[in-house]
Amino acid sequence: MRTIDLSKSSLRELNEDLHRQDSGANEASWEVLNPRGAHAIAVGVDAPISVDVKGSVGYYCAGMNKQAAITVHGSAGPGVAENMMSGKVIIKGDASQYAGATGRGGMLVIEGNASSRCGISMKGIDIVVNGNIGHMSAFMAQSGHLVVCGDAGDALGDSIYEAKLFVRGKVKSLGADCIEKEMRPEHHETLTKLLKDAGLSNVKSSEFKRYGSARKLYNFNIDNADAY
Amino acid sequence: MCGIVGLFLKNQALEPKLGTMVSGMLGTMCERGPDSAGFAVYGTPSKGKSKITIQSAEPDAFKGLTERIKKEVGVSSDLTLKSSHAVLTLPSDKADAVVTWLRANVPNIRIMGMGESIEIYKEVGYPTDVAKRFELVKMSGSHAIGHTRMATESAVTTLGAHPFSTGPDQCLVHNGSLSNHASLRRELAHDGIRFETENDTEVAAAYITWRMKQGLNLADALRGTLDDLDGFFNFVVGTKNGFGVVRDPIACKPAVMAETDDYVAFGSEYRALVDLPDIDKAHVWEPEPATVYFWER
Repeated sequence: MRTIDLSKSSLRELNEDLHRQDSGANEASWEVLNPRGAHAIAVGVDAPISVDVKGSVGYYCAGMNKQAAITVHGSAGPGVAENMMSGKVIIKGDASQYAGATGRGGMLVIEGNASSRCGISMKGIDIVVNGNIGHMSAFMAQSGHLVVCGDAGDALGDSIYEAKLFVRGKVKSLGADCIEKEMRPEHHETLTKLLKDAGLSNVKSSEFKRYGSARKLYNFNIDNADAY
Repeated sequence: MCGIVGLFLKNQALEPKLGTMVSGMLGTMCERGPDSAGFAVYGTPSKGKSKITIQSAEPDAFKGLTERIKKEVGVSSDLTLKSSHAVLTLPSDKADAVVTWLRANVPNIRIMGMGESIEIYKEVGYPTDVAKRFELVKMSGSHAIGHTRMATESAVTTLGAHPFSTGPDQCLVHNGSLSNHASLRRELAHDGIRFETENDTEVAAAYITWRMKQGLNLADALRGTLDDLDGFFNFVVGTKNGFGVVRDPIACKPAVMAETDDYVAFGSEYRALVDLPDIDKAHVWEPEPATVYFWER
């Protein structure tokens, strides 16, 4: 295992080292000590390695991740796993604003709470939050899944396209064009797999409601002008 | 961007370390705002005395000032000099008279703030240099608020730096920008509120002073900002014995808070808080939008 102590080496050295890893990487297991809320930790990794960050991180941790499994043993600042392509990012604590924004693939697991704009403009990523999420989450979400085991804040799924949202707790309010939808067998199946992959196999899919697009604002229609 | 730090001590034993703790927090926030910096420190008040923090770009401005105040206003005062700033200490019942006299007679001196416990220091320059210049690490007190500014709405000047103080022992720092400050400034000015700058944040500070003059407590005055101020904001405010936080309903400006039995701390980012004692055991959270948080002792 490679251990990088950020109180001794620079963030640039860490990220350069991580960028040198490729699909045949021999050093498959990495540990980052003393992150102390630093920004851009383990951004742009493209190798099937695991990175354990021992503490809380600042902005944009694990951004653009491909293939890697990155675990933050603490909380994450704004923009964690932004534009993730594949791999898995686990936040043991809470996540700040726009977690998983614009993500195209892979899975983001937040074991604590997520803040506002979680999954904004998500494009294929799967996000599983064990706690609550804040306002304007899944705004303009295009595809992928957002699973919330707690409650959702105001304007969930505003102007949503085809992403699927599953919420176990209360939803404070739904955004424009977002509606509750029927949970069909295939949705239970998908949700059960997502919960299992996120390590939450004791949570039942039957406890969730599904939300998605009413598809009324999908294409511009003058009769809907007031709703935009 | 701008960086905000704030520390409110619940445990009196930590008071001698206030300046050191806040200085460390402010240093981390340099990257968020390298234009100018400022801080307000609430020290232990001495009975019946008030402090007026004054500033001048001309080093000679403070020479003979206490003698002139004695001769022309009939008030005895002490003056403590700190770089471009000085603190006048004088009987509380004479503070308003001295402020009026200073404004009328010493145009090269600016009044940064006044009150029984507040001292305010702010200057253009890199935040760590500003903190060093005013020896923040040596200061003690019950609470302090600091700001590193990335100027957006008005010029980079000493008066444009935060905190803004528009009432006794009050101060406010802001991360964000207000879009209705011009019209609100006109309304407040019409009601007799005095403005020193074209800065949007000064309007927010003045708004709170104005509401409190109408009899609202600080928590209600802060709630009023949610209805009457338009734009993006995180406000952190100090009063003689209180510390408050409010975020606008959109809440896109970053904010992190931490609380232990010993203190409440605010930072624009978590890394501003990492050196605080027992931060690993603290309750750390992001303040909710459109919600007022307030502590008093």
